[in-house]
Amino acid sequence: MTQATAIDVTGLTKSFGGRTVVDDVALRVAEGEIAGFLGPNGSGKTTCIRMICGLLTPDAGSGSVLGLDVRRQQRAIRRQVGYMTQKFSFYEDLSIEENLAFVAGLYGLPRQAVRDTLEDLGLTSRKTQLAGSLSGGWKQRLALAACIMHQPRLLLLDEPTAGVDPKARRQFWDEIHARALGGMTVLVSTHYMDEAERCHRINYIAYGRLVVSGTVAEVIAGARLVTLGVQSPRPGELAERLRRAPGVEQVEPFGTALHVTGTDRDRLMAALAAEGVAGRPVETSLEDVFIRLMEQSQDNMR
Amino acid sequence: MSFSPTRLRALLRKEFIQMRRDRVTFAMMLGVPIMQLLLFGYAINSDPRDMPTALVAPVQDRFGRSFAAALENSGYYRITHPLATADQAERLMTRGEVAFVVTVPADFGRRMERGDRPQILVEADGSDPSATSGAVAALSGIAESAFRRDLPAGSARTAPEIVAHRRYNPEAVTQYNIVPGLLGVILQMTMVMMTAMALTREIERGTMENLLAMPATPAEIMIGKITPFLTVGAVQVLVILGAAWAIFDVPFAGSLGLLLAGVMVFVLALVLLGYLISTAARTQMQAMQIAIFIFLPSVLLSGFMFPFRGMPGWAQALGEVLPVTHLLRLVRGIMLKGAGWADVAPQFAALATMVAVLGTLALLRFRRTLD
Repeated sequence: MTQATAIDVTGLTKSFGGRTVVDDVALRVAEGEIAGFLGPNGSGKTTCIRMICGLLTPDAGSGSVLGLDVRRQQRAIRRQVGYMTQKFSFYEDLSIEENLAFVAGLYGLPRQAVRDTLEDLGLTSRKTQLAGSLSGGWKQRLALAACIMHQPRLLLLDEPTAGVDPKARRQFWDEIHARALGGMTVLVSTHYMDEAERCHRINYIAYGRLVVSGTVAEVIAGARLVTLGVQSPRPGELAERLRRAPGVEQVEPFGTALHVTGTDRDRLMAALAAEGVAGRPVETSLEDVFIRLMEQSQDNMR
Repeated sequence: MSFSPTRLRALLRKEFIQMRRDRVTFAMMLGVPIMQLLLFGYAINSDPRDMPTALVAPVQDRFGRSFAAALENSGYYRITHPLATADQAERLMTRGEVAFVVTVPADFGRRMERGDRPQILVEADGSDPSATSGAVAALSGIAESAFRRDLPAGSARTAPEIVAHRRYNPEAVTQYNIVPGLLGVILQMTMVMMTAMALTREIERGTMENLLAMPATPAEIMIGKITPFLTVGAVQVLVILGAAWAIFDVPFAGSLGLLLAGVMVFVLALVLLGYLISTAARTQMQAMQIAIFIFLPSVLLSGFMFPFRGMPGWAQALGEVLPVTHLLRLVRGIMLKGAGWADVAPQFAALATMVAVLGTLALLRFRRTLD
């Protein structure tokens, strides 16, 4: 290992009321890396993040976060971690500035830190507005500002861009990349494939288990899927028939085209030939890979 | 649209399911009425008996003894301090340890034998007029039965004169008793209820997760939460005391500083009680229900509404753990009786103990994590 690790945990396990939500998860994130955390709803992403930032105590497992013991040094970890919750969790009856001043006070930061943060994130013009009256994009920006004001070494973002428009999302990601360049490590959970592709590495979790991790290219290559694009005047009916054809795993409509995915190129070609259409190779998307991973882990659970 | 039984059935069904799911509310609706009915039904007695009495009788003779026996036989009086001096009796009364002081003068026996009509002084603690009224009303009958044998049959001599004197509140003005008590009850209602929401509001609005993720210690969060309410409480105290003085003419016999100090310890105990509730309740609704659940005994078992001494021992024990009980004694003692520090020290001690216990419990209950 040439790079230092910001997060290095193994065997992380947590159950609530007899249901295992996170099961033996090992996660390693290098310093300065933007790590994507993906997986279906209820797969244990939030629980994992909460264990990493010390808000939940793992039932089992061990490891270090920023060189601190994840089980015994939860309080020290919290000081150096910025955690942005999935649901907006600042005070709606306080203004942007008042919220930031509150956070600054808890971390013992000088007043100047609030002014700088307002300026950095373009919040100065709205600083007296109550947080409750902000739109989704501005709320998210406030939450991000509050989480990074104390210059944490590790930023944990739990579905930060849910319900945020594309422009605000892009700005948000530019901000994240700028911070990572400055040395901050980021672990971000998301459902959006385009966001996953913006991460240095991705980690896919399903049913509480870590299924795969690597760069986007590695994950796609590792899935060994073949995807063919088919043009059709009546894509709906063709898709119906192809879904039942042998060797076809997924059929996704893209306008008038279909992306047909399978594991075996020859069987896939045969299936298309049987319908009298020709396919040309297209890149397998991350989404195709994830849907396949999801179905596989579902099968494993049964 | 016409009335549809199907739609109504769907609505009713949903309401009943939700009612059943909310376990705490469900338990409160079924269990609490029964519990409170039994509790208060057995505990409350507006005509208290066996009230502690100090007997000041410098000369021990058969007259004094037979009067004491008659007092006890009436059921209202229990002589707890049979050999008190006048000074001791005075202090016992100020502290509220006795409800009556019976003084039999030294020359009582001599004057009885001489055929005079001597006096016996019965002083009642008038700070709670309703508690002692029954016992005072029974006095003439008691005297008659005590001295019947000492009066020769057919003699024209009448029984000795019993002079009853209501201390602190000779005219039995109800406000003198109620207004200082209201101070405690109003504070209890507002302070506990407001602070009981403190943490549950954070939980309901989803801000708790964020608060926990930031570096604030449980003690800092607690002090931060309760201090604003202490300020509100202090303002309420001044308003109520001002009204007691200006509108209701309640006498201020004792030290105002001592009174304020005592009331603020009480307010501190209340906000800590509220805070403790908020560490246990999961919603603001639950917090409110628990606060009301504690409010009722604070009114009924503290001596505010009904005489404390009228309750059976187990109910008195229950009353002793309520902050209001001690505040009532403290406030009535200082305002009406002019009690000093030494007299109300036990009440201060009780309230301070509650502050320590409630504060510790709240800190122990506070969850630093979301587990």
